[in-house]
Amino acid sequence: MTGELGQLALCLALALAVVQAGAGLMGARSANAAAVASGAALGMFVFVALSFGALVYGFVTSDFSIADVANNSHTLKPLLYKITGVWGNHEGSMLLWVLVLSVYGAGMALLRRGGERLTAAALGVQGLLAVAFILFILLTSNPFLRLDPMPFEGAGLNPLLQDPGLAFHPPTLYTGYVGLSATFAYAAAAMIAGEVNRAWANAARPFMLIAWIALTLGIAGGSWWAYYDLGWGGFWFWDPVENASLMPWLVATALLHSALATERTGAFRVWTLLLSIMAFSLSLIGTFLVRSGVITSVHAFASDPKRGVFILLILSVAILGALTLFAWRAPKLESGTSFEPASRETTLLINNVFLVTALAVVFFGTLYPILLAAFDVKLSVGAPYFEVFFAPIFIALMIVLPFGPRLSWRRGDLRGAFRTLLPALGVAVVTAVVVLAVTAPRSLVGAGAFAVAGWVIGASGVDLVQRFRAKTLNIAAMAAILAHAGLGIALMGVAGTNLWRSEALELLGPGEIMTIAGYDLRFEGVRIVEGPNYRAAHADIDVIKDGRVLGRLAPERRAYPAEGQETVQTAIRTTGFEDLYVALGDDRGQGRWTLRAYVNPLAPFIWFGAAVMALGGLASLWGRVRAIFFAREAEPAVA
Amino acid sequence: MKRLLLALLFVSSAALAVPAPETLPDPAQEARARSLQKEFRCLVCQGESIDESGAPLAADLRRLIREHIRKGESDAEIKDYLVARYGDFILMDPPFQADTYALWLLPFGVLALAGAIGTVVVLRARKRATAVSHR
Repeated sequence: MTGELGQLALCLALALAVVQAGAGLMGARSANAAAVASGAALGMFVFVALSFGALVYGFVTSDFSIADVANNSHTLKPLLYKITGVWGNHEGSMLLWVLVLSVYGAGMALLRRGGERLTAAALGVQGLLAVAFILFILLTSNPFLRLDPMPFEGAGLNPLLQDPGLAFHPPTLYTGYVGLSATFAYAAAAMIAGEVNRAWANAARPFMLIAWIALTLGIAGGSWWAYYDLGWGGFWFWDPVENASLMPWLVATALLHSALATERTGAFRVWTLLLSIMAFSLSLIGTFLVRSGVITSVHAFASDPKRGVFILLILSVAILGALTLFAWRAPKLESGTSFEPASRETTLLINNVFLVTALAVVFFGTLYPILLAAFDVKLSVGAPYFEVFFAPIFIALMIVLPFGPRLSWRRGDLRGAFRTLLPALGVAVVTAVVVLAVTAPRSLVGAGAFAVAGWVIGASGVDLVQRFRAKTLNIAAMAAILAHAGLGIALMGVAGTNLWRSEALELLGPGEIMTIAGYDLRFEGVRIVEGPNYRAAHADIDVIKDGRVLGRLAPERRAYPAEGQETVQTAIRTTGFEDLYVALGDDRGQGRWTLRAYVNPLAPFIWFGAAVMALGGLASLWGRVRAIFFAREAEPAVA
Repeated sequence: MKRLLLALLFVSSAALAVPAPETLPDPAQEARARSLQKEFRCLVCQGESIDESGAPLAADLRRLIREHIRKGESDAEIKDYLVARYGDFILMDPPFQADTYALWLLPFGVLALAGAIGTVVVLRARKRATAVSHR
């Protein structure tokens, strides 16, 4: 019964989405229609939420008469994985996508940023997207289809996904992906309403920030999940699915910076519009790549060509429509702003040049093999390709970065900026010297990377101290200080793990010891442990350093009988500066097992840095929220 | 068919029972093997090099690389051998050749184009700035 209710709610949501789209697009002319669009957006959110709730209910109660539940759940699964399993499959994850879309729609309707006309037109565009994606679900990916006869037991969920990461990673990432739809909708609305001015960039800002924060956390969280779950000690594999999430992030980062200038001085208006279109287009392309089966991975749950064609259709209409609108409006916009070469505008422009180049690298590297496959040429583009480009691009970007916040709008003082940054330069030099002195093997690249990280973090420190003294430390300045320092911290983590990782692979019997980077690992043997829905080979390993037992690591290999699959459960011991990472290999008989161990220096910094970056975004968002709710008049133009 | 599978099972478990771990006694040769195996893709998994992969095929390739190193072959010879046997797909890093010129050169093109447009934008903005200040 709940299945039918869920489907009914989704159909009603579709009807309301049609109303929202129609009324919203007309609402650019009539205030009445604008009110209707807002009401429809709120109603659509309620019905999508009901529909989603019905599916969750089906999963929690293991209602195997629903095909989606039967194919992806199991009575023995722990409750957490019954709930998260809702989006651990294609149909449910698309419903989550639409749920997030409707939440943003409701937010736009409630906040009415940028006035009636802009809000109405933006809701109209959002409504069109909702219509397209609800139709996609109902026609090709209906999660409420019934099974008759009803199976006695479900097929279970891919064990790799039976991890707390599934509770966090997809909802966060979707909040990011889909959040860019709000920015897209505002950009399109500004063009439809003929109001391409500073107001729309200001109206879209909070949504842009939420999307960026969520993307940052979603990507970092996914990387951490891959790190501890897959058992190779790596944190980023340049897998097409990872790249699909990185592309919108790069554009969203460029957009956040470009929109700052648009909002403050009206500069780069055309470019900010284009970036808004690009950011969401890349979200759609990412959805297409992952959901269509063009690439195979743990993320691509099912490949059905019909779905791929449908998403390709949505994607083409959305992108071409927006670009047509852009081609029609953009030439009429005069780009009348003026600024000196030494100004904040120029630094933001340099930021965008580098980020767009980085985007191009990921874009070509990801799509080239797919393109060539159409001509029967099999070719792979792996980590070395991406890294050889990314390293110099990001180093160059980060060398310029500290100047941005130190230069004023329109006309800045480059020499003055450099003078105040001298302490940061000192930090950079000291960092490089220390790195050269204490690390082995000695690496000039490593010293360079740490110098750049020190430069950026040092510059954040300089900003903090100076603004604190001058009593100009507002929330907007704090946001930039945190986000930029976070990038520096993450760079240290990436450089540290990539350059000074130790690894060892050995065959050990009970009581035998392997040594890695100053740690002795004493293998105490493997015993069988029963989990709720798996059976694990559980290894006990004592970690010994300088003759003292520090603790015990317990990596596992788990066999899931319901799904007929095996997973590796790594064990990590971290000091905050260094990870000792152990994965259990295979059984070689007579109690002997292969063990893989890694010591990853500074690995925790990667995720810590990303969290600090997100905190910077959060600070900026808080500034905006405070301005919206507590002082509508005095909204800061910069954050 | 069943008998064949059974036979295969025994062969592979026999191979697994060989206690020798996949390492070469000579540390220099082992280091060469480690760096070489980062360059080859695990053909049955996605996005992993044979250095990272737990798949049996990757283990076979790791062993194969060590055999060739023991025979005294150079890195280039081993690379050529594997490419001849499995095609360009086995290389993590695509070679610079006719069908990948575009791939390798496009990022430079984008950087040049974006840089050029950026320079024009800055120069125009400066022109307007000087015009304003002279007025």
